[in-house]
Amino acid sequence: MISEPTGSDDGAEIIDMATQRAAREQPGGAQRPRCRVVVDDRACRNYAVQDGLCRVHALELLPSPDPVVAEPDPVSRPSGGIDILEGLRDVLGEEWLEHVKGAASFLRRRLTGDYRIDEFGFDADLTENVLLPMLRPLHRHYWRVSSSGAQDLPDGGALIVANHAGTLPADGLMVTLDVYDEIGRHPRALGADLLFRLPGIGPLARKGGATLASDADAQRLLRGGEVVAVWPEGYKGIGKPYRDRYRLQRFGRGGFVATALRAQVPIVPTAIVGSEEIYPLLWDAKAIARVFGLPYLPVVPQLFALPVLGPAGLLPLPSKWAIQYGEPIDTTAYGPEAADDPMIVHDLAEQVREQIQQQLYAMLMGRRSVFF
Amino acid sequence: MTASTTSGGRRVLVTGVANDLGTMVAAELEQRDDIEEVIAVDTAEPKRPLTRTEFVRADLRNPLVGRIIEASAVDTIVHLGTHTGPTTSGGRSRMKELNVLGAMQLFAAAQASDHVQRVVLKSSTAVYGARPDGPAVLTEDDVPDGASEDGWSRDAVEVEGYARTMVERRPDIELVTLRFANFLGAQLNSVFASFFTLPVVPSVLGHDPRLQFVHERDAVGVLERAAVDGPAGTYNVAAPGVLYLSQCIRLAGRVPAPVPGPLAGLVGAAVRRSGRVDFTPEQLQFLQFGRVIDTTRLREGFGYEPVFGVREAFEDFVARRRITGLLDRDEIGRWERDLYDFIARRGQERFIAARRGSRS
Repeated sequence: MISEPTGSDDGAEIIDMATQRAAREQPGGAQRPRCRVVVDDRACRNYAVQDGLCRVHALELLPSPDPVVAEPDPVSRPSGGIDILEGLRDVLGEEWLEHVKGAASFLRRRLTGDYRIDEFGFDADLTENVLLPMLRPLHRHYWRVSSSGAQDLPDGGALIVANHAGTLPADGLMVTLDVYDEIGRHPRALGADLLFRLPGIGPLARKGGATLASDADAQRLLRGGEVVAVWPEGYKGIGKPYRDRYRLQRFGRGGFVATALRAQVPIVPTAIVGSEEIYPLLWDAKAIARVFGLPYLPVVPQLFALPVLGPAGLLPLPSKWAIQYGEPIDTTAYGPEAADDPMIVHDLAEQVREQIQQQLYAMLMGRRSVFF
Repeated sequence: MTASTTSGGRRVLVTGVANDLGTMVAAELEQRDDIEEVIAVDTAEPKRPLTRTEFVRADLRNPLVGRIIEASAVDTIVHLGTHTGPTTSGGRSRMKELNVLGAMQLFAAAQASDHVQRVVLKSSTAVYGARPDGPAVLTEDDVPDGASEDGWSRDAVEVEGYARTMVERRPDIELVTLRFANFLGAQLNSVFASFFTLPVVPSVLGHDPRLQFVHERDAVGVLERAAVDGPAGTYNVAAPGVLYLSQCIRLAGRVPAPVPGPLAGLVGAAVRRSGRVDFTPEQLQFLQFGRVIDTTRLREGFGYEPVFGVREAFEDFVARRRITGLLDRDEIGRWERDLYDFIARRGQERFIAARRGSRS
């Protein structure tokens, strides 16, 4: 049907693309005659369908046998601006077809449950197609995160240790996206148990790759060769007053060091600048927080904008962010048994903390303003 | 061990043959040449006729069971007679009595017998509870301290405790404790499986538990191996892989019905009263946080490689139970291909129309 010139004198017969591809890929398919038209010393590479011409040139060079069909209907003209596919092309660019296909395929996978999750509940399909794309505008355009050092992240298991700030754990989300966009690996964030208790947020955190900040979970991930990210300051860091910004809080009991030692993976001290300014915490209403069983209850300037601007006033401030992954600290020299030595664990924790603090100071020195 | 001789074969006592799993295990064991005698005990008859199994109608709390163990010189006890659904066992307090006191009596009889060498206990991953603050993947050593919530989970912990006490007093008895994830299969009826036969599957709004299952064929396979020659110890049993509840609902072609947390208890009670699913309050916890177990020890220590992955197990269950989805999965696949074709066709049509238009 394809190798022969079509009997139809219309010349505009629509041939299914899949059939075409199948014909092209079958042996000998490539020997089919090509179009005889030569434009600017270059032969047309389309296959001939009619009188030695491809379908494009056949339309141009052969007399149109049926002028009624050839006359485009003015209502369905692409310039009419009512065509959905044309609109998609405008919004999505030239790869629009791939986008539509990707979206359809994604929708089909979700509707039929045709995707895989790992034992921690990490759903790569959802993360790559929904969760991270939703965060990307924040990363690129709102906080304009500049990232450095991600290329030097060790292969295999590694523990990213970063400072924590900003009332809401936006820094965790940004590191998760940043590492993926820089090196294509999904860092697995460790979160507090409150996170996994919360309806709506808990399952999303799991699907995004986070798991409980516990030695058991972290060990299992690190042994599996994953990049794990942890914020050892926890609530003390995220809920500290604005006047203490960029001053690292106590690093818990150094549990993350013991974990890295036990798994024999390097620690990557990571400094994040910008997260402190998104929700400056003026006052922590501890008494009220205790009543509701919350770790802290922040009073941020945005709350005062709420009556004036409405919910839009609650947006985080558009500070300029920078993330710097520092020089990895090797733990193999100490051996796994060092995890049970409180002195080594404490010293290493201090060393990591000091290195992040120095990185922060250096980055703050180079910063022109909070917002640019 | 060679063909059946009158003295060389094992003599196995299986409890709980009235439930599907018990029947299947007894049927499997009686086919083996190296097993000389299979004695089945339960309060009701097996659902399917068994060929050479001797059936004894007795309650485990009845002293008769001890006399049977002694008289027929049983060397292996496979204890499957635990009740997980309060409605089917006649109320929660009766269920507890059957589970805990039955196990106590049975293990006491095993301890007193000179012949018993091996005890296989069907336990459940319910012993781990379902918590948001535990490890994401539970190993056999991660049973939480302190009393777990009342219900089947509590019973399972107590029954395991009695079995351990028995082995402490009789170290020569080999104890194989198998902690099963939820069963799935054509015949095997687990409470959780019947959940997916509801036309609209309730879930707790804002929660999506990670689930694991074990296919009935693997469940029977593991129990058979444990009864014959599996190494003693405690093993988690689940098909490899994990599914989210939302994913299961999609795979079964069902429609999810998320219920807000505070109302979930009421809906659970309504589901139980409908009689289609024996839903207990502790399952509400499970529906929120789920649980995932590590099965490395099963594969490497016990030496059993599950035949069914979790996805295959679930799809097999859906196919064999003839759960027809409200959303047909093939239909959705067709929609996708139709869309591709439509786009491709429209692209060609437009291209040609544009060429025609520019020419005229």
